Amino acid sequence: MNEPRETPPGARLLSFRLNGEDLSVATADHQTLLELLRYGLDRVGTKQGCDSGECGACTVLLDGRPVLACLTLAVQVEGRDVRTVEALAEREAAALLDAFDRHDAAQCGFCTPGVLMSAEALLMDKRRVVSQGEARAALSGNLCRCTGYTKILDAVVDASEKLVEAADRTREPAS
Amino acid sequence: MKYVGQDLPHESARLHVTGEALYTDDLVTRFPGCLHAWPVQSPHAHARVLGVDASAAEATPGFVRLLDAGDVPGEGDTGAARKDEPLFPNEACYEGQPVRWALAETEEAARLAATRVVVEWEVLPAVLGVRAAIEAESYLADEIAIRRGDVASALEGAPHRLSFELLVGGQEQLYLETQAALVDHDENGQVVVHSSTQNPTETQVIVARVLGLPRSRVTCQSLRMGGGFGGKETQANPIASVAAVGAHVTHRPVRVRLDRQRDISSTGKRHPFLGRLDVGFDDAGKLVAVDAKLFADGGYSLDLTVPIAWRALFHLDNAYLLPSCSLTARAMRTNVPSNTAFRGFGGPQGMLMIEEAMDRVARALDRSPLEVREANFYVEGDKTPYGLEVRHPERIRRVWDGVLESSEYEARRAEVDAFNAAHEHTKRGLAITPVKFGISFTTAFFNQAGALVLIYADGSVQLNHGGTEMGQGLHTKMRQIAAQELGVLLDDVRLMPTRTDKVPNTSATAASSGADLNGAAVRDACQKLRARLAEVAAAELGAAVDELSFEDACVFVASSPTRSMAFGELAQKAYLERVQLSATGYYKTPEISFDEAAGRGRPFHYFAYGAAVSEVEIDGFTGQHFVRRADILHDVGDSLSPLLDRGQIEGAFVQGMGWLTREELRRDAKGRLGTRGLSTYKIPGADDMPKDFRVALLPRATEPGVVHGSKAVGEPPLMLAISVREALRDAVAAFGDQPSGEAVELATPATPEAVWRACRAIQGR
Repeated sequence: MNEPRETPPGARLLSFRLNGEDLSVATADHQTLLELLRYGLDRVGTKQGCDSGECGACTVLLDGRPVLACLTLAVQVEGRDVRTVEALAEREAAALLDAFDRHDAAQCGFCTPGVLMSAEALLMDKRRVVSQGEARAALSGNLCRCTGYTKILDAVVDASEKLVEAADRTREPAS
Repeated sequence: MKYVGQDLPHESARLHVTGEALYTDDLVTRFPGCLHAWPVQSPHAHARVLGVDASAAEATPGFVRLLDAGDVPGEGDTGAARKDEPLFPNEACYEGQPVRWALAETEEAARLAATRVVVEWEVLPAVLGVRAAIEAESYLADEIAIRRGDVASALEGAPHRLSFELLVGGQEQLYLETQAALVDHDENGQVVVHSSTQNPTETQVIVARVLGLPRSRVTCQSLRMGGGFGGKETQANPIASVAAVGAHVTHRPVRVRLDRQRDISSTGKRHPFLGRLDVGFDDAGKLVAVDAKLFADGGYSLDLTVPIAWRALFHLDNAYLLPSCSLTARAMRTNVPSNTAFRGFGGPQGMLMIEEAMDRVARALDRSPLEVREANFYVEGDKTPYGLEVRHPERIRRVWDGVLESSEYEARRAEVDAFNAAHEHTKRGLAITPVKFGISFTTAFFNQAGALVLIYADGSVQLNHGGTEMGQGLHTKMRQIAAQELGVLLDDVRLMPTRTDKVPNTSATAASSGADLNGAAVRDACQKLRARLAEVAAAELGAAVDELSFEDACVFVASSPTRSMAFGELAQKAYLERVQLSATGYYKTPEISFDEAAGRGRPFHYFAYGAAVSEVEIDGFTGQHFVRRADILHDVGDSLSPLLDRGQIEGAFVQGMGWLTREELRRDAKGRLGTRGLSTYKIPGADDMPKDFRVALLPRATEPGVVHGSKAVGEPPLMLAISVREALRDAVAAFGDQPSGEAVELATPATPEAVWRACRAIQGR
């Protein structure tokens, strides 16, 4: 855990877990989680696309559920678990990231962090092969202006298949 | 290993999925002491600034200063085509126009201070909409024209004749990353501009002009963009200029990032166009004469409206021969943001005019629109209205027949008709439309590009070129070309950020030309380097230069591959022998010219072709509609990178669908934009996709004279979405008696509301 910083006037000390690390940071009551992540903590992987909960680019996982960081006040995450795109590279999301690579599911890449977090939430929730329809529904709040979405949806379905295959392999008894 | 033509993911794919790919605004924490700017916007469509009271703003903690014209050391105007865009104007010409900028220690303070600036306005009359501009004779430029034959007498003599007016709506680019710039001075006193710009050279030029500096004192870098679509071709310039003025007066880094509302309300969009057409045709539906008068809503300043109007005229023929024609266009001045480039650059609006005519001609003759379109296709030897022979017109038939077959058009036509006969309140529609799109900048001198390739003595390579990356995969294609030409591994080629101090005097990455122009320049540089290296290798391996092969980071004698050396070894050897290991490359498109006064010439190097079949379903009670299936066959030549090209085609089609069926810019009577965010301005989401989407590339499509036989892909497929609009019209028609000999009116965009109105109109007659 890092050292608590001195709290400036009008600010409060906020403690939460970010990508597996316990943090205490100063925040103002009206600061959004997105502002805190990007400009307070330099976690710029989470993108700012519309500032009003309409595009999905700032999607992060709060206690495992997708939320929009631009509509979440930083103080709301007190004592809770936040995961951002930066966490995916280090964890079991390799199947998801590989599928996005193979399908070229990111074009300009700006919506991608949000899309990945929505997809990750879906895969972690279902833990089985998901359908195109389920992927569409899960990503309905994430807008992309570059792709025609097909590559993204294909990548999510593909990743779910790979995860199931990997899980089956680990369950097979050692011979 | 050959890289060109392979399915490869985006060059930054790994960075995209790990959140490590940085965009302009992501750099802000790297600039300690960075100031933030926020605009003071006009609440009126047209008003004079009588006074500015910043005293309340000055009381805001963290406020630094209010930027105005007095802070500009050079020229306070950022107009790219004409100096008609003052950076800190005293007359606001559209609602949302920034007139001053508040500078503060934090974004929040800048925002607060900007809202506390009190401007005294004198409201002036505004011109809103293209019809009002015609009425008011409010022009931005002179009329432009392309004419062939005596259209008046050809119309008189035509067996049939019809006329119509078509108003085509605008479209917001809606790049996910809003406009952003960050300007600082480096340790050498250089002005360094980080900008989300498609045109780093122009951004450099405008910033230098605003600062009163020679261009050599300003470096502009465009690392990557979160989408551009034309919206960052000229309109990144004022954003960078404000940051540059702020950095100049404070000697601190300054960041400008528009939030979505400020981006939508202050930047230009695709031009709305009004077309007035008079069309003569024969019994078979073959066109005899077309008189078309177009009016482009240019907004308050000139920007790119004239070349956009030209491209609308160049594409008014689409894939059809217009034997006798008079095509004119006029750029109209109105009190909205300056409309600007957007994928297709006027081409889609021009094309829509003739596709509207095709459908009206077909219905007037009780013929199928498919048959009428086919009757008018260009054939070998035909010339466009501007006198250019149509290269490869047989490809129109190839893509057309190919997609008719792959989509099982005929069988589905019967199915759709049967469905419609059986359903009173739900109707389906099916349509096919072609695309012929001219490739090259129509301003000839833009058709040039440069590259700079550096080989280090360990064999690793740095690649610089003049194009920018906005998601289209240009950098990936450039790496493929460089790796293949040098015979090194893809991973050995490091793509460097696009900067004006590496390749000077570049053109915008626009007009779909990025890969054609920069790819040829990259190849030129790599071929020079390879020739130098071959001399060294030939001596070393005891072979003639033309006996050598460069492949997989290895150089070997083709006839005896064991006589080889590693590329890195060769680079080291060349260095020791004092062989230059860097080279610039250059390309200019041959035989491009256009005489604007005569309306004649060769504005395009070649044409890209495509065709699409779309099937839609409409709910007659609500007008709600969706695409059941879309089939596309598109000509990209020999694709440089098929995975990327398919992505471009799918994305362009969906963006075109958005323009024609979803996205509606609404202003009130005072010119205030109501659709200021994604909650009211509806771009297609994952659920709006065609339920069944089949995209194929035309095989055996080598384009001679273009890098590796490829064709440009960025813009042309957008216009394939016209098939969706025509399918909607087909479905609307099914609500009425057929055949009726009457036109089926359908507004653009054909939103559910517009479709509902069209259904009501046809049921009521």
